[in-house]
Amino acid sequence: MYNFLARRLLATIPVLLIVAVLVFLMLRLTPGDPAAILAGDAANTEQIERIRESLGLNRPILVQFGIWFGNLLSGDLGESFYYKQKVTALIGQRLEPTISLAALTTLFAVLVSVPLGVLAAWRFGGWFDRALMGFSVMGFSVPVFVLAYLLIWFVSLQLGWLPVQGYHRLADGFWLYLKHLLLPAFTLSIIYVALIARVTRASVLEALGEDYIRTARAKGLPELRVLVRHALANAAVPIVTVIGIGVALLIGGVVVTESVYAIPGLGRLTVDAVLARDFPTIQGVILFFSFAYVLINLLVDLSYVFLDPRIRY
Amino acid sequence: MTMSRIALAAAAAATFAAGAGTALAQGDPKVLRIVPHSNLAILDPIWTTAYMSRNHGYMIYDTLFGSDEKNQVKPQMVESWTVSPDNRLWTFKLRSGLAFHDGKPVTSEDVVASLARWGKRDAMGTALFTFVDRMDTPAPDTFRIFLREACGFVLEALGKPSSNVPFIMPKRIADTDAFKQIEEHIGSGPYMFVKDQFKPGDKSVYVRNPKYVPRKEPPSGSTGGKQVYVERVEWNLALRDAQAQVSALQKGEVDILEQPAFEHVPALKKDSGITVYTYSPPLQYMARFNHLHKPFDNAKVRQAVLAAFAQEPFLKAQVGVKELYHTCPSMFTCGTPYSSPAGSDIQSKSNMKKAQELLKASGYDGTAIVLMKPTDLAAIQKLPDVAAQLLRQAGFKVDLQAMDWQTLVGRRAKKDPIDKGGWHMFLTAWQGPDIWNPIANAALDTRGEQSGWFGWGKDEKIVELRNQFMRETDDAKKKKLAEAIQVRAFEVGTHVPLGEFDAPLAARKNVTGFFKQTGNFYWNLKKN
Repeated sequence: MYNFLARRLLATIPVLLIVAVLVFLMLRLTPGDPAAILAGDAANTEQIERIRESLGLNRPILVQFGIWFGNLLSGDLGESFYYKQKVTALIGQRLEPTISLAALTTLFAVLVSVPLGVLAAWRFGGWFDRALMGFSVMGFSVPVFVLAYLLIWFVSLQLGWLPVQGYHRLADGFWLYLKHLLLPAFTLSIIYVALIARVTRASVLEALGEDYIRTARAKGLPELRVLVRHALANAAVPIVTVIGIGVALLIGGVVVTESVYAIPGLGRLTVDAVLARDFPTIQGVILFFSFAYVLINLLVDLSYVFLDPRIRY
Repeated sequence: MTMSRIALAAAAAATFAAGAGTALAQGDPKVLRIVPHSNLAILDPIWTTAYMSRNHGYMIYDTLFGSDEKNQVKPQMVESWTVSPDNRLWTFKLRSGLAFHDGKPVTSEDVVASLARWGKRDAMGTALFTFVDRMDTPAPDTFRIFLREACGFVLEALGKPSSNVPFIMPKRIADTDAFKQIEEHIGSGPYMFVKDQFKPGDKSVYVRNPKYVPRKEPPSGSTGGKQVYVERVEWNLALRDAQAQVSALQKGEVDILEQPAFEHVPALKKDSGITVYTYSPPLQYMARFNHLHKPFDNAKVRQAVLAAFAQEPFLKAQVGVKELYHTCPSMFTCGTPYSSPAGSDIQSKSNMKKAQELLKASGYDGTAIVLMKPTDLAAIQKLPDVAAQLLRQAGFKVDLQAMDWQTLVGRRAKKDPIDKGGWHMFLTAWQGPDIWNPIANAALDTRGEQSGWFGWGKDEKIVELRNQFMRETDDAKKKKLAEAIQVRAFEVGTHVPLGEFDAPLAARKNVTGFFKQTGNFYWNLKKN
């Protein structure tokens, strides 16, 4: 397994290299001028040119790439054009909100969707199964922002239970931290509940048709034990895979939720950086997302060993 | 209960209490929570012209002069001043008791260094410094400006309320290269910036400057007493979703929305806990031609556009709320000293038939007009659609190109031909103070490719009239010159003014003390 781990970790290097080159080139080839944005609306062409010069954007692309890549090799993601702060520091500031939101969303989603999926498979074709499938279609179809506005209106404005927006760090107090995350995490979890419940249902349904389930039932095992110990355990690999992909997407792609609920996370940082054509920040966050994606996939692959004794690396 | 469980329970209680404490602070009458119109990223208001950086500047810096709500220049840090009979020597004396946030007194050396840096960046400052021979500091509270020749806008430049504002900084900071951003943020203004709590994209925090000595006059525009009645101001930079902003204001999680969307204004007005204000000078919409390329290198074609662009359709489509907009026949903000309808007949009495005739007579060759439309800037995104429709009705071919605002900002700076990524027209909005005189109004800089602003209009007559305006010291004559500039600008079609609108501000009812402003200022406000 250690060989597998080492091989996979080494394989991340070319992946990150390709991402680095692609992101760098795409940013330089797409329209938009960071200098014009930084200078402000009333700036003139000379001022913009001076700023472009000070940012080093008038150098040949190869030279710019060489400087950036050299810094990258020493672990330096560069300095944001827009915020004049180190990109690593900016990512560090935004990590806690995003990871908190992703963790709580995943917790909600898993705790709700897995039992629902198992139950639907167990009662295949019944009203509960049909209701869950209906909910699942709705969960996929309703845009996150619409759901967010509805929840804000009902939970925050009508009932007054939770705040409309904002984020507080864990250090500010656990309840304050939690109550600002509950609504966004619930909003975001709906689509993941729909996705994971569907996959769980399909996997468990397949497992329930296997011979070992019939044997377990013939042995007189309680149905709950059959479902959890035998069906769910054997259906776990696709479920964990989809949860893993979900977590990776959550870390990189919760832009809308972060915007509506005013959570200063990585998604919001990415959008701001793109709008401001803040090349170093965009390059930094994309590299970070790629690394996180590769790492989560690796963890998912490793988890197969524990979930399915037939899998060995 | 074991000791570890007791410890755990105690820790949980403590964290809960800490949370409750912070929650209480949220409703603290001494903390003003504001949602600004945009994100704050650049903290140097001389380095950029971005309005957010300007507003940040007003929080922490003070100015020598300011402009009141009627665009009259009034002293702020200056106690008194004299002018020599030939208008070439200006002597200024500072108010006593002025001090920076680090406790050091404001001296004339700080002022001279700050003006010198501003004069290298700001359009009006650069114009002023073409007249300046030298500056000196005969006493710590006195500075002098020696001019090569008489200049008619010394006070207007020093008191200009919008970007770039000549904010006064300590000399050691103001000595920073004008093309590098400052690293320290110390001023002598009514608030102090809390740098270690500044999180770009999240929040910016200011605390009351206890040593600030306000003027005795009531506040008006950027002048008068800057009284501070709250201990702390927090700018919420994370809350950018328009609907969520309204919900947060309705629930009382924030106190002020600096710029709610027009479509939310009726609902906000109906809310008994909220007041909607329009205290700032109106903003003006504008269509700008690229004078470098066909067909807008031809004044007759530009005149056809002037005739086609009646203001009402633009205002109706973009603003929608009747009480928030009005047509304005002037290129200078209506209601300010230089505003006048002179020369505006071609547009104010516009009709499509006339536009079609003018276009036919111009020899327009059917070139498709590349009209840039920003899809992500709600404040102006509907204007290009109206422009495209009116242009088509007048007989133009139109290539309406959608893009995000930042792409537009980058593209409009390019002088390239159309087939190499150039452009013909874009539409924008200016805050009142930015266009209320012929020097500040960038669209009236007609020095061709030498001119500062995108579009690069060229007209020698306007250049000459602006030069005369800069040198004129008599107010009545200046007004006449401004009128002559406007008449000529309509004749040659430098740009098309598209009417004015009031930017609404929404606040909780318990926040009082708003006054007529020339920007977004947060002094004089009380939170009950």
